Amino acid sequence: MEFLVASSIGLLSACGVYMLLRGRTFPVVIGLSLLSYAVNVFLFAMGRLQVDMPPILSDTATGYTDPLPQALVLTAIVISFGMTAVIVVLALRTYLEIGNDHVDGLPGEPTDSGETK
Amino acid sequence: MGNWMIVPVVLPLIVGALTVLAVRHDLILQRVFSAFTVVGLLAVSIALVFHAAHTGPEMYALGNWPTPFGIVLVLDRLSAMMVLLTSILAAIVWFYASREWDKRGKHFHALFQFQLMGINGAFLTGDFFNLFVFFEVLLIASYGLMLHGAGGERLKAGMQYIIVNLTGSSLFLIGVGLIYSVTGTLNMADLALKVPLVPDSDLALLKAGALILFLVFCIKAAMVPMHFWLPGTYANAPAPVAALFAIMTKVGAYSILRLYSLAFGGSAGDLSWLVAPYLLPAAIVTLVVGMVGVVAARYVTQMVAFAVVGSMGTLMISISLFTPASVAAGLYYMLHSTFAGAALFLIADLIISRRGQFGGSLHAAPEIRQSGLIAALFFMGAIAMASLPPLSGFLGKLQILSASQNSPHMIWIWAVILGTSFLNIIGFGRAGSVLFWKSSAIEGDIQTASDQTFPHQTIIAAGMMLAMLVALTVFAGPVTGYLHDTSAELFDTSGYIRAVMGADTPVAEVTTVAPFAQ
Repeated sequence: MEFLVASSIGLLSACGVYMLLRGRTFPVVIGLSLLSYAVNVFLFAMGRLQVDMPPILSDTATGYTDPLPQALVLTAIVISFGMTAVIVVLALRTYLEIGNDHVDGLPGEPTDSGETK
Repeated sequence: MGNWMIVPVVLPLIVGALTVLAVRHDLILQRVFSAFTVVGLLAVSIALVFHAAHTGPEMYALGNWPTPFGIVLVLDRLSAMMVLLTSILAAIVWFYASREWDKRGKHFHALFQFQLMGINGAFLTGDFFNLFVFFEVLLIASYGLMLHGAGGERLKAGMQYIIVNLTGSSLFLIGVGLIYSVTGTLNMADLALKVPLVPDSDLALLKAGALILFLVFCIKAAMVPMHFWLPGTYANAPAPVAALFAIMTKVGAYSILRLYSLAFGGSAGDLSWLVAPYLLPAAIVTLVVGMVGVVAARYVTQMVAFAVVGSMGTLMISISLFTPASVAAGLYYMLHSTFAGAALFLIADLIISRRGQFGGSLHAAPEIRQSGLIAALFFMGAIAMASLPPLSGFLGKLQILSASQNSPHMIWIWAVILGTSFLNIIGFGRAGSVLFWKSSAIEGDIQTASDQTFPHQTIIAAGMMLAMLVALTVFAGPVTGYLHDTSAELFDTSGYIRAVMGADTPVAEVTTVAPFAQ
């Protein structure tokens, strides 16, 4: 199980990083989501992998799994969902406003970064 | 009194929520609500600074859960000072933005409140998953503020800013996860106790986690090679927002200082002063890149943004030495550079709003309105940023230079700091002469829609920001005294740990000095 979890985290992050380095907003958004899935699974694994163990202390249980990573993952999932929503909306708005979906704007077009209005 | 440390987090939260729910259609009421917060924060943070100076570190357990199981806020001299710095900056930014900037988009004041909540929380928290959450709060608010009154250029810069920071957040979680998996704790004080006890077999994992976190803080602090997001973001952000963002890079610097002096400092055994060897070269390169950028910039806001990058380099050089004297000097320079950067963003906005179609580009254009007054403000800001006497930057850099005297890398540090100061003077001198002297020789009149009248409020706000620099110079004695106590407290971690973990906690002795200290 360790091998399976570790390699799936690795595969997810590799694909995420690759997509993140693309020049267009849609692959970048997908890349960020993949990366955040990888991070969430990774955080789960941080409490050591346990199967069928309760996360709550009780007298009858034979062993426990660490509940804290699950709380962390819950927070991280909520935040990454919110962030994905923000960046999707922003990508759409940017596309409508500047007419292309390149992260840098049109390649080769001079930028006017001094304009603050 | 110690319980009041929750106020800088909760007050902006409540007022921000009320602003969205109750008064979102009424701009005047929004301003009043916002003013209530900034005044309240100012009062509370001044009280907190005096409290921290008298009683030392104190803890507030959220929900009264016992440490290390619950989340804690910790107030010590450093966090109290950072909260006060945020409050002063916020008050001036509020004053500047309330003239017209807050009309350009819908929820300026609500986002402003949430931004303050995130920043204050990041300074006060004593738990590093909580630090992640507060980072996210301040980032979410900053995305909104950055895009406030959007336009094509700003959206593009905002997109890049968000992508960089989301990647940073993923790295943050990986770092936190690695550290938790090895030490089993998220509480910073508890971590400081656990780090020396980590068995050798797990040291590599812990080190990897700590260095990934360091990478994240470097992104926040815009250190080379993770500085690329800053010039685009700050140059395109609305001026009051960019001025408020001057504190955001300091959140990264604060986190580095906090985590790596507390948990990976002198008492951490094998991992003592983990980041010092990486931080110094990065800081030196950051300073050079920033100041070369100042000379190369084509727009005035871009120039100020690069100056902010450079000032982070100077600050990080002094932090990377990790001696009490160098950290105190760095903190003084941090106070200075925050106000200097913020003042220059406001002044750049005063210039741009009068230049019509010429915008912020560094080309001669017909003379702007109130040219003399604004030139004087710009001149003062440039002196401050270049750290010339008589303003506080000079004192800050002098302290940094004298604190690095005994370091083995003293020649590098002195050469780079002094050389880049010269570049800074050239850059700002060129900009000033193009914007004000050459422009006065060009015939014609610029037609602008806004600011036909004399805008007292914006000029006063920019002047107040500069007045803070004057105050910092005049009260350099007491401020430096406070900062020396602050850095002594940072290096003697027992007070912090005992405040969080209980008075009778056995605390490891500080055994090693930083590699570049002597």
